[in-house]
Amino acid sequence: MRQLLSGNEATAIGAIKAGIRFFAGYPITPSTEIAEYMARELPKIGGVFIQMEDEIASINAVIGASASGMKAMTATSGPGFSLMQEGIGYACMAEIPCLIVNVQRGGPATGLPTKPSQSDVMQTRWGTHGDHPIVVFYPYNVLESFYLTVKAINTAYFLRVPVILLTDEIIAHMREAVELPEEVEIYQPKRKKKSPEEFLYYSEETIYDSEVAYFGEGYRIHISGLTHREDGFPTNKPEVIKRKLDRLKRKIEDNKEKLWDLEYQDIGAEVCLISYGISARTALEAKYIFEKEEKRALGYIRLKTIWPFPDKPLRALLKSAKKVIVVEMNQGQLINEIERAISPEIEIIGVQRYDGEIITPEEILAVI
Amino acid sequence: MKEEIKNYLRLDERFPHILCPGCGIGTIANILIRTFNELNLDKNNICLVSGIGCSSRIPGYIDCDTFHTLHGRAIPCAIGVKLARPYLKVIIIGGDGDILAIGLSHFIHAARRNIDLTVIIVNNYNYGMTGGQVSPTTPKGKFTYTTPYGNLEEEFNIYEISKSAGAIFFARSTTYHVTHLKKVLKKALTKKGFSVVEILSQCPTLYGRLNRLGDAVKMLEEFKNRTIDISLIKEPGEIPSDKIIIGILLDREREEYCEKYERLRKAINEKRD
Repeated sequence: MRQLLSGNEATAIGAIKAGIRFFAGYPITPSTEIAEYMARELPKIGGVFIQMEDEIASINAVIGASASGMKAMTATSGPGFSLMQEGIGYACMAEIPCLIVNVQRGGPATGLPTKPSQSDVMQTRWGTHGDHPIVVFYPYNVLESFYLTVKAINTAYFLRVPVILLTDEIIAHMREAVELPEEVEIYQPKRKKKSPEEFLYYSEETIYDSEVAYFGEGYRIHISGLTHREDGFPTNKPEVIKRKLDRLKRKIEDNKEKLWDLEYQDIGAEVCLISYGISARTALEAKYIFEKEEKRALGYIRLKTIWPFPDKPLRALLKSAKKVIVVEMNQGQLINEIERAISPEIEIIGVQRYDGEIITPEEILAVI
Repeated sequence: MKEEIKNYLRLDERFPHILCPGCGIGTIANILIRTFNELNLDKNNICLVSGIGCSSRIPGYIDCDTFHTLHGRAIPCAIGVKLARPYLKVIIIGGDGDILAIGLSHFIHAARRNIDLTVIIVNNYNYGMTGGQVSPTTPKGKFTYTTPYGNLEEEFNIYEISKSAGAIFFARSTTYHVTHLKKVLKKALTKKGFSVVEILSQCPTLYGRLNRLGDAVKMLEEFKNRTIDISLIKEPGEIPSDKIIIGILLDREREEYCEKYERLRKAINEKRD
């Protein structure tokens, strides 16, 4: 059945299909439609929706529900995402899977509530304090909002980490006709958990792709945000601290090839556009116009995985490129990451806009 | 130690504990597990949730599900646990700073919603873990390391906050009144809804020393001499202003949130059928 849906609606539908049964959130433009959908639908299927007093409470309620075995998520935008940062760090440290949707608006501060932006790209990576890995996916249309939501939730439970779905005001509010599947594949952990006597919440077996115990199952677990040992209790021993932080890093390092997701066309061309989210739609339009007028190919790469940064595949894809144009709605965030990843021989130019208006194909064509 | 008390403790290498000599928090942990025992609570069905601070370290020693969350965030985390597993007895334990300063908005909103949680507030009148700073319950004029000239601010009345926010139960006790404390904890833990127990506790290492209140024994004597149980008060006007009222100050009924939500779910599905 074809439906006319917004990106936010597709995300909400995808989340429920992927097993989300708990949503705690706080109203904030342009993400609110996700909360409204959840408030309507979750009680019908045995789930729970609760509007909390702020975003800090929201992320913490999500963590509590997820640690108790209910698949949990929240959705927010810039200011709320800033308030959630400490909680996201807790979910990293305590290894509590959850989904956080950040529908970007212009910032800093209250910024531009009703206008698009892509200026939270670096915040998703380093928003919370301390060394930690993070997984961030970014869709560019309504259908992909659905599929990347499913992927984000499956990834969170596979790795036992918080995963961020980054979108923007246009992707979230734009309506497209889509056909969604009745069912999606829900991740099932390979390793079963041991008996309560033998189980350790943070043992080598539970690093990823493993069941864990939840509150209320008779395992009498201890979950803490303090740097901890395999049993969850705090430690000050240098070797145990290092092992814990290496473990967090390894979750992503061991699996990054599986997490990397890029779309590309005409990779042999001398000039290549790189973009993501709403700006990638402009980049694709610029490519079509260029090719029609110039009768030669223009390379195009779109990142669906923002973090872990797909440096290796980018390097491989850009082996024969002479010039790269990075298109993004900020003052130049991912361009620095791309510059670090690719050969210094390649000329790199940014097309950036941060006035609340979408980048036009003409602005890209002007620098080719 | 009685076997049934040991049953509630993590007796591996968790002990000795991290608390200072003379601290009241050990007494509170002691009475808490005795309360569990007298109520015959199955330790597999208890989830103790805490934030950050001295009293927030209690759960680590108790053998049940324990959740050591961020500073001030024990209550929203506990709400997540309770909504996901309503059959669990979810208890929050925290200090005056953790629950009434950084975590106050969560406290009043949880009371308003009347979610079935018991919040134990260990009030030692200062921030202990960080070394003795002013908290929302430090009395006016008292000294801490961040009020070196005396506290200018008025303190919170936790009972008034709980009552106006919608809690169904509020009791105050102290680390001196251990039998009394067990009695009110028992009552709080059997209530269905948002219940609060404030426990006045001595911090001889910091608050006591900075205010020349003497050692732990002296501070406990002060709790004994300065308190009056509400059941002994005949005329409210008769209480001397320097007295602290202990006992059950609030006990009422209101429909609990998880039950309301379950009823809503049933009603939606019946309508659809």
